Amino acid sequence: MSKPKFAMYWAASCGGCEIAVLNIHEKILDVDANFEVVFWPVAMDAKYKDVEEMEDDSITLCLFNGGMRNDENEHVAKLLRRKSRIMVAFGSCACEGCIPGLGNFSNINQILDTAFTTNSTDNPQNLRPKTSYDVPEGTLTIPTMNPMLKTLDQVVDVDYYMPGCPPESHQIAAVVELVIAALQGTAQLPPKGATIGAGNSTVCDECTRKRNVKQIKEFTRIQFVTPDPEICLLEQGIPCNGIATRSGCNARCPSVGAQCIGCYGPAEGVVDYGARMISAFASVIDSEKPEEIDQILDGLVDPAGQFYRFNLAGSLLRGGRSNGS
Amino acid sequence: MAQRITIDPITRLEGHGKIEIFLDDQGDVANTYFQIPELRGFERFVVGRPVEEMALITNRICGVCPEAHHMAAAKAADAVYKVEVPYTGRLLRELLYMAFFATDHTTHFYALAGPDFIVGPDAPVADRNILGVIHKVGLEIGGKVIQMRKYGHQVVEMIGGRKVHPCTSIPGGLTKGITEEQREEIEKMGRWAIEFAQFSLQAFTDIVLINKTYLDLILGDIYTHKTYYMGMVDENNQVNFYDGKVRVVDPDGKEFIKYSPNEYTQHIAEHVEPWTYLKFPYLKNIGWKGFVDGKDSGVYCATPLSRLNAADGLATPRAQEEYEKMYQTLDGKPVHQRLATHWARLIELLYAAERWVELATDPEITSPDYRAIPTATPTEGVGIVEAPRGTLTHHYWTDERGVVTKANLIVGTTNNYAPITMSIKKAATNLIKKGHVNEGLLNMVEMAFRAYDPCFGCATHALPGQMPLEITLRTPDGEVLDVFKQFVD
Amino acid sequence: MADTPENKPFEPVIIGFTCNWCSYRAADMAGTARMKYAPNVRLTRLMCSGRLDPTFVFKAFAGGADGVLVSGCHPGDCHYINQNYKAMRRFHLMKRVLVQMGIEPGRLKLLWASAAEGAIFAREINKFVEEVRALGPLHWNTNHGSQIADHVLLSVVNGQPSDEMEVKA
Ligand code: SF4
Ligand code: SF4
Ligand code: SF4
Ligand code: FES
Repeated sequence: MSKPKFAMYWAASCGGCEIAVLNIHEKILDVDANFEVVFWPVAMDAKYKDVEEMEDDSITLCLFNGGMRNDENEHVAKLLRRKSRIMVAFGSCACEGCIPGLGNFSNINQILDTAFTTNSTDNPQNLRPKTSYDVPEGTLTIPTMNPMLKTLDQVVDVDYYMPGCPPESHQIAAVVELVIAALQGTAQLPPKGATIGAGNSTVCDECTRKRNVKQIKEFTRIQFVTPDPEICLLEQGIPCNGIATRSGCNARCPSVGAQCIGCYGPAEGVVDYGARMISAFASVIDSEKPEEIDQILDGLVDPAGQFYRFNLAGSLLRGGRSNGS
Repeated sequence: MAQRITIDPITRLEGHGKIEIFLDDQGDVANTYFQIPELRGFERFVVGRPVEEMALITNRICGVCPEAHHMAAAKAADAVYKVEVPYTGRLLRELLYMAFFATDHTTHFYALAGPDFIVGPDAPVADRNILGVIHKVGLEIGGKVIQMRKYGHQVVEMIGGRKVHPCTSIPGGLTKGITEEQREEIEKMGRWAIEFAQFSLQAFTDIVLINKTYLDLILGDIYTHKTYYMGMVDENNQVNFYDGKVRVVDPDGKEFIKYSPNEYTQHIAEHVEPWTYLKFPYLKNIGWKGFVDGKDSGVYCATPLSRLNAADGLATPRAQEEYEKMYQTLDGKPVHQRLATHWARLIELLYAAERWVELATDPEITSPDYRAIPTATPTEGVGIVEAPRGTLTHHYWTDERGVVTKANLIVGTTNNYAPITMSIKKAATNLIKKGHVNEGLLNMVEMAFRAYDPCFGCATHALPGQMPLEITLRTPDGEVLDVFKQFVD
Repeated sequence: MADTPENKPFEPVIIGFTCNWCSYRAADMAGTARMKYAPNVRLTRLMCSGRLDPTFVFKAFAGGADGVLVSGCHPGDCHYINQNYKAMRRFHLMKRVLVQMGIEPGRLKLLWASAAEGAIFAREINKFVEEVRALGPLHWNTNHGSQIADHVLLSVVNGQPSDEMEVKA
């Protein structure tokens, strides 16, 4: 019997997800031993046409990372969906839009205007990239940007979600092991739509810092305080997103003195990450007076960014209003 | 018989960059275009975010060099708050950075550039990969390469908190220091890295330099461009990756400018073409004269070779020795042959490893004095580091709360967008004559490309050098005449 | 639904969340006493304003609402002691987020009303409807290509709001 086929692809991604996979070191050999790698641009020649020629559903496992920033990204997502039995949204970009999803606070014109008028840009004719442009020798084309960055499941059906920016290598290794075991019939795959390679609780649950359910009178910022190394950062006024964020990373950032910025996305059962964060932060504010509440909130200089840093494209609102109108 | 050739790395629909070559009526190259198909808009969406988050947000520009963005952004945020990072904080950041540099250069030499040299440019395509390299130099070395990468990542994680996308640099320093046990481990790994770097240079000498064919290839005209060169230097004009002033030398090797980070806009500008999402930086005081070499063109280059060209030497003894040897062999400074960039990269690898040990053995490295709390009102700041693929500039303006109101980023590879375009044109012009496309075209174009180690992860997302090429030869009405593929099996 | 044919005046869609004990009764009273208030508001009853999950508000906007009203018992009068203070804090924070999203602050309103204040309730609702009318349609669902558009409002209105989350800080 021929080996099951494996594919991995990057759309609008930073490449960090690929690096995280390569960082599973020896486990890569398991992938190689158990799968026939048929498409993986970072590791081998990407035979795009070959993918097109493959039979539908012939790829057993496809790890797809990166968001849907332009029409090309979407095209490849649809193609790979057709060819794959198990399509995994791999990494924060594919699952929920990640940092590039912050682009959804703006529309494309604003994005292009900013990029092509920065203070070192010499652009006397105020040019912008054109998706089709006539040079003396012929016509040049580049892809068209989507009005908003979309998550993978806003474009195609997704079987599993694997969060993290990037997913932790030990989690990737565990997932690889699980899939191999499932293929050999010694384990069961989780139900469709499940989140894999992560925990079911929150980063706070994995965090070893002490919590005293204290309330705070002031938000501060990491550069202004030397936090106590034992106590919860949020209780010290540092806006840490551990409460709404899915576990799986062993509370990596708080364990090195930095706040969780939320890269593992919404915890189990959370519909809208930002909404959960709002509830959580509202609960720790120690005040019942509107003016004082406002004053405390002034210490949180960018609430929308704080709460939707990784999740804007995947949120209920999906972006800011300038988008689309 | 005007024709058009499309070189589509990983085909057009996957959006990793596209090369279009147009032929004239005689079948010679009329022009070439290298297009970048994507823009994610970081300069726009960092606006409104707190400046301390720039080190956490902008590293998502590129997962290949997140450490570089993390550092440039952190330094810019220091500048925004006018806060001086204490000595230990600077040591720690630079130490993380050296481990990253050594790892990155290792990956690119062995996995990407190595195949061209170690296995040989004429070797069968199937052997021209990392496995072919291991085959040629021995399995033991394959293990060493993996070991080197592991060590580098370990140091990045120890100081930076995470392997990919570090999280510990904040305005004024870092969120944590290191313990004596960690220091010892880091030092040990650093000493190993020095040996590894020396070994790599030896392998380069044994396999490449003593081979006349390779040497001729390196020295050949096809890969030569006389441009300006950029690199960061310390107060002694020696190469520095983490801090210093940016120095630019002219094609004769004479200092043209040397500027502090906050003066960059006086010297660098970016040209816009409507057929690509990426801009072309150039030297402002000379001006944009198009895709041409020479002293009168503002095109400059920022690569390992550029850094060595732009500096007077290296601050560590073994690397300095290798530096002298390189310039002796290649007939003095500056070296214009692009393929020598691979050699320069290995010399930088040795420097990074030596510096790694220097930093790890500094008695202050374990001091708890790794951060300062900013007190000034935030305004505006520039942070510059040398990324492996070129000078990286981050510039932020903030309101009095330290919330970003404007940003400007000139990322590593972008510096080399114009020179890469020129190298492609030169290779194409040399290899396409009278409508006849030389079979070696793909390989040569790819080698020209790879010398820059371009990482359009920064601009888009492709991993450096991982650009299998395909050239389609078409008539003006789109009919396919011929298809050339690299890495076809 | 927020699409207005040009010849018809714009009728804003407003989703209101009221607590069971005070404001819902105020609304009830306004109804039985025939104090007229604009029909634009669809009310959803929660046990307490403290159970208002910001998710409901985002769903309402994402699903096509032009304005959202949150109402509860006067501070100090909450049947669950101080849960409405929690609502107050959420409201303040939510508003800041919505403003950053480009949604005018006037589209989200917090209203305290006791069971006896039917008239006040009716008056405030009418005022709110006019304020939102002046702001014009929000069009979130159509502009953001949201597939959740139609059934979301229904689920917000009919659905049992989930148990209030435990917030562990
Ligand atoms: S999820 Fe993070 S690491 Fe992965 S591609 Fe996106 S930005 Fe890069
Ligand atoms: S809020 Fe942050 S620091 Fe506090 S327990 Fe949760 S993860 Fe840890
Ligand atoms: S602590 Fe938070 S930000 Fe850090 S790795 Fe874990 S989920 Fe990501
Ligand atoms: S019961 Fe009315 S607000 Fe709590």
